[in-house]
Amino acid sequence: MLIFEQSKSQRANPSQAPLQEAGIDSIPAQFRRRRRPLLPEVSEMQAVRHFTRLSQKNFSIDTHFYPLGSCTMKYNPRASNTLAMLPGFLQRHPHSPDNLSQGFMACMFDLQEILKDVTGMTAVSLAPMAGAQGEFAGIAMIRAYHDAREDTARTEILAPDAAHGTNPATATMCNYKVKEIPTDAQGDVDIDALKAAVGPQTAGIMLTNPSTLGVFERRIKDIAEIVHSAGGLLYYDGANLNAILGKVKPGDMGFDVIHMNLHKTFSTPHGGGGPGAGPVGVSPRLEPFLPVPLVVKNDDEYSWLKEKDRPQTIGRLSTFMGNAGVLLRAYVYARLLGREGMHRVADFATLNANYMLARLRKAGFEAAFPERLATHEFIITLKRQAKELGVNTMDFAKRLLDYGFHAPTTYFPLLVAECLLIEPTETEAKEDIDAFIEAMIKIQHEAESDPEKVKSAPHSLPVRRLDDVKAAKDMDLRWTVSE
Amino acid sequence: MPFIPHTDDDVKTMLDAIGANSIEDLFAEIPAELRSEGLDSIPDGVNEMDISRLMRERADQDSRSLCFAGAGAYEHHIPAAVWELTTRGEFYTAYTPYQAEASQGTLQLLYEYQSMMASLTGMDVSNASLYDGASALAEAVLMAVRANRKSKSKRILTPRTVHPDYRRVANTIVHNQGIVLDELDFDRQQGVIDPASLPDDPGDVTALIIPQPNYFGALEDVDVLTDWAHAHGALVIAVVNPVSLAILTPPGEWGDSGADIVCGDGQPLGAPLSSGGPYFGFMCCRKAFVRQMPGRIIGRTTDLDGKSGYTLTLQAREQHIRRSKATSNICTNQGLLVTAATIYMSLLGAQGLERVALACHANTMKLLAALDETDGVTKLFDRPLFHEAVVQFDLPVADVMRALSVQGIIGGVSLADDYPELGNSILICATETKTDADIETYTASLKRIAMRLTANRCPVQPKM
Repeated sequence: MLIFEQSKSQRANPSQAPLQEAGIDSIPAQFRRRRRPLLPEVSEMQAVRHFTRLSQKNFSIDTHFYPLGSCTMKYNPRASNTLAMLPGFLQRHPHSPDNLSQGFMACMFDLQEILKDVTGMTAVSLAPMAGAQGEFAGIAMIRAYHDAREDTARTEILAPDAAHGTNPATATMCNYKVKEIPTDAQGDVDIDALKAAVGPQTAGIMLTNPSTLGVFERRIKDIAEIVHSAGGLLYYDGANLNAILGKVKPGDMGFDVIHMNLHKTFSTPHGGGGPGAGPVGVSPRLEPFLPVPLVVKNDDEYSWLKEKDRPQTIGRLSTFMGNAGVLLRAYVYARLLGREGMHRVADFATLNANYMLARLRKAGFEAAFPERLATHEFIITLKRQAKELGVNTMDFAKRLLDYGFHAPTTYFPLLVAECLLIEPTETEAKEDIDAFIEAMIKIQHEAESDPEKVKSAPHSLPVRRLDDVKAAKDMDLRWTVSE
Repeated sequence: MPFIPHTDDDVKTMLDAIGANSIEDLFAEIPAELRSEGLDSIPDGVNEMDISRLMRERADQDSRSLCFAGAGAYEHHIPAAVWELTTRGEFYTAYTPYQAEASQGTLQLLYEYQSMMASLTGMDVSNASLYDGASALAEAVLMAVRANRKSKSKRILTPRTVHPDYRRVANTIVHNQGIVLDELDFDRQQGVIDPASLPDDPGDVTALIIPQPNYFGALEDVDVLTDWAHAHGALVIAVVNPVSLAILTPPGEWGDSGADIVCGDGQPLGAPLSSGGPYFGFMCCRKAFVRQMPGRIIGRTTDLDGKSGYTLTLQAREQHIRRSKATSNICTNQGLLVTAATIYMSLLGAQGLERVALACHANTMKLLAALDETDGVTKLFDRPLFHEAVVQFDLPVADVMRALSVQGIIGGVSLADDYPELGNSILICATETKTDADIETYTASLKRIAMRLTANRCPVQPKM
């Protein structure tokens, strides 16, 4: 039932509204609303019960194993939330003067320093509010760099065909043409194709490493060499940073700019689809172009650098300084982990992924890249099941929900037919991973003995499979009173 | 090991299953010369007790101030239930509802949110949110360029009464695509766009941005402006404060045919100030433009049994399908903040939200009257307003603001950098959280500071 359907005219929550009687006479009638908006009229308890019940219809990390590849659904420490929501942080107005903000600014400065170190970059801006905005900032900096050198013939961004959809979309937003580079049979970038593609028109390349195929790009040094010699720059999509935290730094691989998804690697909540945070790190030649504001420290006093201090900046990306509350959560997480903890992230994320891959293969599932080690994630392909049994990847995914597991990422990357991209993360215990593998084996048996059961899954959730075509055709996008 | 559950036995069993001798073996594909073990700037890990102590110290260091600043971030009362519910693990630790059957909670909530926002703005449809108000304006500009197929100029008329940082962000995001944000000046007496100053023949204009209330808190002649834009083939992008819409005409009813795209920052609906984020941007539009709208959109449909359910829809606009031809590179919304806003609006209802808006308006009028009676302070514009206003000091604004801050008062936001022509001016705001005593504290401090600063500036002349 919708909250609107529980609504009753004149029901109100007086304890939530100001008591003062205030008139509207000082606002002339021409500016005033004539009809009240349709907002629910429910009691506080009705609202609490309604949203509590809605929450119970969700799968989440706190309730379910959530091996959604490329999304790094690891445990979100409660301390990060509690400490980011201390009153002193929540009540701070973004225009608070520096003398009333030193505590908050100290956290932001420390976080910048930590992110510089883990990425091997020389400077970091915390401004971007999400990974995609970090990507935008990165490519906008590459453009600003070439423009500043009056090197304006560079009109193209290269991206592997396995790249996230945000990569080509971002390049377009920065007015670049996108040229896709094919992937070879082992999951590495096709070096010959890359050599043929680069030239004086190349502004840069966008790469994820490990790639979206769940394998490490082994010839990254060669790629860097080829692109740099052509005068292009290297952009690192930090989506998969969890795989290499404390093992290898993007700066050492030759990248000029990187964005990080703090909601992945630094364990801030995904919140049902945001908020994220996508700080960017750069090598020295891109430093002048970083988005503002930046926190600096002089004689133990913190202050902001803004447009006037940074004349070559690509500018501002949000009204204020970015997603401060997310950044505080990431900072708490980074401090809880510390140096040793960071190293262990990649160790155990990789151990879990390789263990899952080994066991699934042993159970008869086909790895997309059987010759390769898994990184923090890996791909299996169900094209044999789809062909022989008529049970496809989506069917497996939906049936997993019945067994109490959130499905892995399905049908991405687009290069591998009938794929599942599986990322267990380091925070899952062996017994939960084993239970997932057992469920996969059971579903395989069901697909052989009772395929309809799998194809019509899920059977135990609040709804069965939904009609997406109808959703797009009818476009029922809001409740209206006529109902 | 923080947050890692493996025992030594687990590790051994798992390595055996893999057929590896050590975890280190699993990194064999990374070229050895690239490996870097050093993380020298990262301190040793601490436990929860120690990080709690540090964070409390730092939060207390920024201890509560009496805040009369607005300028895009507003201090409102947030019902306790809002964040109690929002931080439930099932909302807090879920992700984008890709598996609709396992995400009906988030999906239904977003559908309810879309319904509330569409009604509040008077528009046909809403998306499931964008990052913040400023970036929502940038996306609205990009959307207007796509939607206004008759216009070829990519020229957006952008009044200087739009929040300066919204204009900066919009420019950062759109300028690479050849879009020009053409400035439109404001009337110095009224602090709004003077409709009489609009040209009879503006040429090819893609869209006009109309802020209501504007950055100065003043109310624009939205009906006249909307009709002018439409008469010249331009779309109207409304930038609005959602709380103000409880009492102000919704953009869908502006002029003869209403605004085309509506955006703004959702922070006033249940998001704490929190240093500027995370907030959320909202965007609503006419149904005819929905396929040009960026961001996630939720639709109601039916399942195999004909039962009602909710799902992500119109995904063919989005980056994961359309790649370089997508409407935007955006791939998330601000789910958690929208969760808070939906609960906030449900607890307040239309009546409650109206009372909040009226109380904000009344308190700002009181503050303005009290300041206007203070020596050396002048109210700047003669214009109806919502909950912000501009006042001018006789004294250097930076000195006044600094002196106030030493007393724990954030007196407002200086306009010196963005509007030098307004002299020593600040933008003030008093929401429903401010009491008469708070206003008295502010004006009393201001009087003392003015006396002291005046005394310092005009030392008593020695007698000749």
